[in-house]
Amino acid sequence: MATQPIIKGNTGDWEMVIGLEVHAQVISEAKLFSGASTTFGAAPNSQVSLVDAAMPGMLPVINTKCIEQAVRTGLGLRAQINKRSVFDRKNYFYADLPQGYQISQYLQPIVGKGEIILDLPDGSSRTVGITRLHLEQDAGKSLHDQHPSMTYVDLNRSGVALMEIVSEPDLRGPEDAAAYLRKLRSILRYLGTCDGNMEEGSMRCDVNISVRRVGENSYGTRCEIKNVNSVRHVMQAIEYEARRQVEILEDGGEIVQETRLYDPGKGETRSLRSKEEAHDYRYFPDPDLLPLEFDDDFIEGIRATLPELPDDKKQRFMTEYGLSAYDAGVLVAERARADFYERVAKGRDPKLAANWVITELFGALNKGGHDIEESPITADQLGGLIDLISDQTISGRIAKDVFAVMLETGKDAAAIVEEKGLRQVTDTAAIEASIDQVLAANADKVAEYRGGKDKLFGFFVGQTMKATGGKANPALVNQILKKKLDG
Amino acid sequence: MTELLGLTLAEARDRLAGGEFTSVELTEAYLRAMEAGRSLNAFITETPEKALDMAKASDERRRRGEAGPLEGLPIAIKDLFCTEGVLTTAASHILDGFKPPYESTVTANLWRDGAVMLGKLNMDEFAMGSANVTSYYGSVRNPWRRKNSEAALVPGGSSGGSAAAVAARLALAATGTDTGGSIRQPASFCGIAGIKPTYGRCSRWGIIAFASSLDQAGPMARTVRDAAIMLRSMCGFDPKDSTSVDIPVPDFEAALTGDVRGLRVGIPKEYRVDGMPEEIERLWRQGVDWLKAAGAEIVDISLPHTKYALPTYYIVAPAEASSNLARYDGVRYGLRVPGKSLIEMYENTRAEGFGREVKRRIMIGTYVLSAGYYDAYYLKAQKVRSLIARDFTNAYERCDVILAPTTPSTAFAIGEKQDDPIAMYLNDVFTVPASLAGLPAMSVPAGVGDDGLPLGLQLIGRPFDEETVLKVAEVIERAAEFKALPPGAV
Repeated sequence: MATQPIIKGNTGDWEMVIGLEVHAQVISEAKLFSGASTTFGAAPNSQVSLVDAAMPGMLPVINTKCIEQAVRTGLGLRAQINKRSVFDRKNYFYADLPQGYQISQYLQPIVGKGEIILDLPDGSSRTVGITRLHLEQDAGKSLHDQHPSMTYVDLNRSGVALMEIVSEPDLRGPEDAAAYLRKLRSILRYLGTCDGNMEEGSMRCDVNISVRRVGENSYGTRCEIKNVNSVRHVMQAIEYEARRQVEILEDGGEIVQETRLYDPGKGETRSLRSKEEAHDYRYFPDPDLLPLEFDDDFIEGIRATLPELPDDKKQRFMTEYGLSAYDAGVLVAERARADFYERVAKGRDPKLAANWVITELFGALNKGGHDIEESPITADQLGGLIDLISDQTISGRIAKDVFAVMLETGKDAAAIVEEKGLRQVTDTAAIEASIDQVLAANADKVAEYRGGKDKLFGFFVGQTMKATGGKANPALVNQILKKKLDG
Repeated sequence: MTELLGLTLAEARDRLAGGEFTSVELTEAYLRAMEAGRSLNAFITETPEKALDMAKASDERRRRGEAGPLEGLPIAIKDLFCTEGVLTTAASHILDGFKPPYESTVTANLWRDGAVMLGKLNMDEFAMGSANVTSYYGSVRNPWRRKNSEAALVPGGSSGGSAAAVAARLALAATGTDTGGSIRQPASFCGIAGIKPTYGRCSRWGIIAFASSLDQAGPMARTVRDAAIMLRSMCGFDPKDSTSVDIPVPDFEAALTGDVRGLRVGIPKEYRVDGMPEEIERLWRQGVDWLKAAGAEIVDISLPHTKYALPTYYIVAPAEASSNLARYDGVRYGLRVPGKSLIEMYENTRAEGFGREVKRRIMIGTYVLSAGYYDAYYLKAQKVRSLIARDFTNAYERCDVILAPTTPSTAFAIGEKQDDPIAMYLNDVFTVPASLAGLPAMSVPAGVGDDGLPLGLQLIGRPFDEETVLKVAEVIERAAEFKALPPGAV
């Protein structure tokens, strides 16, 4: 079990108490309360309905697909699904909030308490609580850099459905936070409820962080760092903010409860607004909408469509394929990658398959920044390569060369082996003949070896491989060499 | 030509069908009347060209045998309904220049049924008011005058322009909206019929929102029959309005059987308020007698939470309004008064764009929703609201419809009561309870006060029982024989 990170201050040890609020854009064709499209990257203000623009007299109508996605996510988080929930108006003024209020859920959210398992870097796991999940509208975008004195407003995003997922303050440091975000993202992608793309802004994170002396049970005053847009920045923001708070407290000061922003350029957080400037949102139930109600049949109908989730899949990979927790974890992080692996492993040595998929294929893809969907070779093709190793047609070493050619050309392994004549030489007589030639050509070294220079064995192996164009079966080479050298 | 203006909507409908005149002729008569009646300031926007185009198209449809239920009938629309391509202001400076690219569901229904649009009617700004004196476009005058007085009177509000236009024969009928009495009270002040249907009957899509849980569209017309005909076209389920109810729309005109034998009419004792003018009390008793004579059974009922209705309304409605009016910010449409920052632009625009009463209600609404006050005001008011609704549910076990006054007085003079907002709010004391309970309620002209001004009586019905409300109203209408006309009316 990993120990919680400690901040060593002048007056003692401090620990961090962290809760994360993630805003996840729901995968759906249309927005939460309007039929306008949610596609990313469209021309500004080309996906704005009358409702999204808050024209006079417009009214919201719920998109049931978004409800399904929220329930699906709740089930994926092993959370309580609330069969009755209420939409509330959260009132404030900003140019990218056309209604002057955001339709959200305040006291009665659609999903209640749940949990997430964190997979930590040292291989251990820890369960962390989810407080709630609710649905709300996203706001539009304000562009301040398009004009010297005016702000441009793009309402394409206005009204897109968001799931706000709130964790319990159970996280204790940057690693925890990273593990939480990665696991949450993985679950959302498995479920198909959010694509988790932090760069595009479809998943955004607010960090709530306070510090306390190690051993204290009460909570310190926290600050909220809003809209951090990558896992790395979340980790950096936590490190900076925790240190900032410890310094203030050790100097005898008090933490001002406020909202802050993380500036990745400077690597620091700065104040956005203080408590005095904090909004009073004047929440009240939206009178344009009925309370959201559905029955057990609706929930079970969604439950029946749930895929196998990452934690369950990881367990299964460990038991069914005998993989280590680490390897299983790598494979199941993305569902498409896990599916690819299973196809390769089917009817083959699962550990060999895991090795090739993780080390060779993922290694190559990650280097080029590619997704599994962009893999130049299919699972069947990789399986074909592994078959050639298993039936001794080629050695593992040769297989790596073949793999490199496969990546470049997309051709099948068997075709490449034939084309380049890479079949492994397993003909004992042929190997013996090569070995005899090598030994004959290096009689002096043979004598040195027999005289005690054991290290020369590798030299003979290397020479034999060279003579056979690398195609001799290494195990046989070793076996025969040993026999001939040692008598 | 002026004889045309004397026809009710039902009569005009039948005579158009009989080919006695064309919609173009009828519309031209009304357009001339509108010109002559401009001193009332009932219209914000007149649409004579559009009206004639629509009338021509209507006559053409009739020639092809495609006449709808309101075919060719010239009506006017309260300026709270968004009408495509036609200036829509909610009588506010903040919607300067706003021409909606969409048509409200209710008005779309009216055009679908063949009606002709004469123009957009003046009203209290954002439907907030009981006298139509808060409009950016100036006050509306009631076509009625007190006996021996030239003082200009209010038509009531917020649908003051609608009531004045119908009473002065500047339109055959009009649409209004009613949130706390804004159809019924001006109908009473102007001597016409007006009904607020059950909440959910008419779609709110495209109606500029004031108080979402209370707003309802409804017709204002000369007779109960006219109102019934209009109502049928206006009502109907709309999937674009989540509060719209999916039930069939009855033929309201067919409900006017005149037969109220055995019907139980409830008389709520709490509506007999202290200091109520004697003439109102008298008219109410007269209404009871008329219904008794028609065979109805009179039942005393109690609506114990009546006295909390006005304060409840004046918490709930402004709260919802404060949020509904947040969108008028100078960013996307209407008035924008520039500022050096976003906040300054907001402040400049809304300070200049909104009138005093609107600002007052936004402030009240913001206050009652604010942190530390929400529970004591808004939440409490919603709880009391459910008690008020329950009063009615209980009462309807013992009666089928309720008879009450509509207003605590006849029309007052423009300028009277204007310094005291509370005095103004008291105008709604009889109308607000039915609004809070979402019940159908109607005002029918029943008599004149001592000052010669019209007085209405109010019928309140069970949810979705507009038919009984209309039926009983017509019986009163027939018994009252209200034939008085404002000076200068045809």
